[in-house]
Amino acid sequence: MEKIRKLSKYQGFWPVVVLLAILLINGIISGGAFFEIKIVDAHLYGRLIDILRNGSKLMLLATGMTFVLATGGTDISVGSVMAISGAIACSIVDGRILPGAGQNVQAAILLALLGGMLCGAWNGFLVSKIKIQPIVATMILMVAGRGIAQLITDGKIVTVNSDSYYFINGYILGLPFPLFIVLFVVALVLLFTKRTAFGLFLESTGCNPVASHFAGINVNSVKWMVYTFCGVTAAVAGLIESAGIKGADCNNAGLFMELDAILAVAIGGTSLSGGRFSVPASLAGALIIQSITTSVYAMGVAPEITAVVKAVIVICICLFQSAEFKDKMRKRFSGHKQERTAKPA
Amino acid sequence: MKRILAAILTVCIAGLALGGCAGTPAEKTASAGTQSGAEVVSKAEGNKKLTVGFAQIGQESGWRDAETASIQFYAGQHVDTIDFKFADAQQKQENQIKAIKSFIEMGVDVIGLAPVVETGWDAVFTEAKDAGIPIVLLDRRAKVSDDLYATFIGSDFITEGQNAADELAKLLNNKGNVVELEGTVGASAANDRKKGFDDQLAAKYPDMKILASQTGDFTRAKGKEVMESFLKTYGNQINAVYAHNDDMMLGAIEAMKEAGMKPGKDIKTVSCDGVKGIFQAMVDGEANVTVECNPLLGPQFFETCQKLKDGETVEKWIKSDESVFRADTAAKDLPTRVY
Repeated sequence: MEKIRKLSKYQGFWPVVVLLAILLINGIISGGAFFEIKIVDAHLYGRLIDILRNGSKLMLLATGMTFVLATGGTDISVGSVMAISGAIACSIVDGRILPGAGQNVQAAILLALLGGMLCGAWNGFLVSKIKIQPIVATMILMVAGRGIAQLITDGKIVTVNSDSYYFINGYILGLPFPLFIVLFVVALVLLFTKRTAFGLFLESTGCNPVASHFAGINVNSVKWMVYTFCGVTAAVAGLIESAGIKGADCNNAGLFMELDAILAVAIGGTSLSGGRFSVPASLAGALIIQSITTSVYAMGVAPEITAVVKAVIVICICLFQSAEFKDKMRKRFSGHKQERTAKPA
Repeated sequence: MKRILAAILTVCIAGLALGGCAGTPAEKTASAGTQSGAEVVSKAEGNKKLTVGFAQIGQESGWRDAETASIQFYAGQHVDTIDFKFADAQQKQENQIKAIKSFIEMGVDVIGLAPVVETGWDAVFTEAKDAGIPIVLLDRRAKVSDDLYATFIGSDFITEGQNAADELAKLLNNKGNVVELEGTVGASAANDRKKGFDDQLAAKYPDMKILASQTGDFTRAKGKEVMESFLKTYGNQINAVYAHNDDMMLGAIEAMKEAGMKPGKDIKTVSCDGVKGIFQAMVDGEANVTVECNPLLGPQFFETCQKLKDGETVEKWIKSDESVFRADTAAKDLPTRVY
C-alpha cells in the first residue's frame, strides 16, 4: 500500500492506471481477443500493436505539445504542419516539386522536417519576439498551413510509389517503425530535460516568466526553442501519416489532431497554464486517446454515436483525474477509507 | 539572432513566391475565360447566343476542379454559340449571391449554381424568377420550394449504392459477408449510398450479410484504421468491402495488405467515385470495381441550358451520366480519367 501511495505521487501514475483500465475493460468485453497478438508476414499483428502504431503520431505531437504547454503557451497549428510536411515529402518523392532532388527519399524527409522546423520557428518568432498570444499566433499557421500544403500539392491528393518511403510506417524487428521513432525522440527529450538545466528553465518559464527573466533565463529563446521543436515533432508525425496512407491528403492529414494532442497532455496532468510537466505522462495520455478510438471500433459502436461515446469516456477520465472531484467523492463516502472507492463508475 | 531571423524571413518569402507561381496558371485560365467571355458579349450584343452565368463554389477537391474544368472546356469549345460567365465564390455563400445578382443584371439566359450551402437562397432565387431567368442547380441541392429553380443536375447516390450492391453480388456469386466503410456521418452522399446499398442487399440478395459498418469520414487514414479493426474482429469471415468513396478504399487496401491478405482476391472491393487512384489499384489487381460519380457535367449542363432557353420543359432532376468501371478494363480506362 505504501508503495502504491508513493507511486501515485508521480504525475504519470494515474494516466497509466487509466490506460491499463481501458485496455483491461476491452480485454474482458472481447473475451481476451483484444490482447491477441499474432505474427503476420514476419511482423506482430494485433490490436495492441495497432494502438502503438496509430498512436505514435499522437505521442510525437504530445511530446512537442508538452513543452509548449509547459511554457504556458499552446500550439494549435500542429495539424496543419503535419499536412505541410506530408505534402512536401510526397511531392518530392513523386517528383512533382524539386525534380532536381531526383525523387530522393532522404532529401524528401529532410526537407519535410526542415519545413516543419521553419513552421515551428515562425510560431516561436510570433510568440516570443512579437508577443502575440500563443493561441492567436499559432492560429495563423493553423489556417494558412493547409493552404500552403494545398499549394505544394496543387490541391490534389499526391499518391507516392516508393517502398523506401513506405518504410517510415513499416516494421523493424517485427515492431512498427514509428514506435522506434517515438522511443528515439522521447529518449532524446528525457536526456535533454533531465540531464541538462533546460528542463528547469522550461518549468521556470512556465511558472513565472518575469521572475525567470530576472533570474537570468533567456525566456524568449526558451520559448522559441520549444515551438521549433513542436514544429519538428509535427513534421515527423506528418511523415508517418503520409507513409501510412501512401500519399499526402492535405485536407484531412492531421485534421483536429492539435486538439487531441492538447487533450493528451491535459490527461497526462500537465497544467495548460504552464509549469510542471511530464513527457511520459503525456505519452500515456496519447495512448489513452488512441485506445479509446480503437476500443470504439472494436466494440462496434454505431457511427452516429461514436463521438458521444468518446466524449463520455474523456469526461470520466477528467473527473477521475481531478483532485477536487476525488476529494468531494471521498467526503461523500467518508465511511470508506480507501481512496479508490471514489472512482466514478 | 538577427541573421537567423533574416534567413527565416527570406525562406518564407521564397516559399510564398513559389506558392504564387504554382497558383497562377489556374488563375490565369480562369481570368482568361471570363475576359474572353466579356469580349464576346460586347460583340454578340443582340445575337441569339446562349448566355449562361455559372456560380461555382470554388476550389475544394479534385472532383470539383474536374467539374469546373469540364464546364469551362465545353464553353471554350462552343465559343460561337455559348457566351459563358464564370464566378468563383471561394467557398462563400455571399459571393455566390453577389454573382447571381450580377448575372441577373446582365440579363443572362440561364444561371447555373453549385450551392455552397443548402439554405438561404429563397430571396435571390425569387429575384431571378421575377427577372424570368431559370436557375439550374448543379451537383448539390438547395432547400427552396420547387418553383424557384428549373432543374437539378446531379448524381443519384441511392442508385450508386444499388449499383454497388449489384456489382458486389456479382463478385461474390450472391453469397458472402460484407463490411461497409461509411462516409462522414450525416453527409447526403454517405446516407444515400448506405441506404441504396443496404436496401438492395436486403431486397435482392438474402445470402449476403453486412457484418459491420463504421464511418471512415471519407478519408484514407480513417478508412485504413477502421479496416484494420474490422480485420481483427472478423478476420477471414470478411469476403468483401464496400466503401462510400474510393479514398477510404485505398486506405482499406493498405490495411488488408498489412494483415497479409490480398485485396481484390481474398477480399473483393467495391467503392464509389472513380478517382484515378482506384483505377491504378484496379490495374495492380488490388481493387475490383468502382461506381462512378461523374463530375464531368459540362455537356449535360449546357444542353439543359439550351433547352431552357428554347422554352422546352426539362425534368426536375436530371441524373448525371454515370457508369460502373471494373478491373478488367481498368488498364484501358486509366489514361482517360481526368480526376
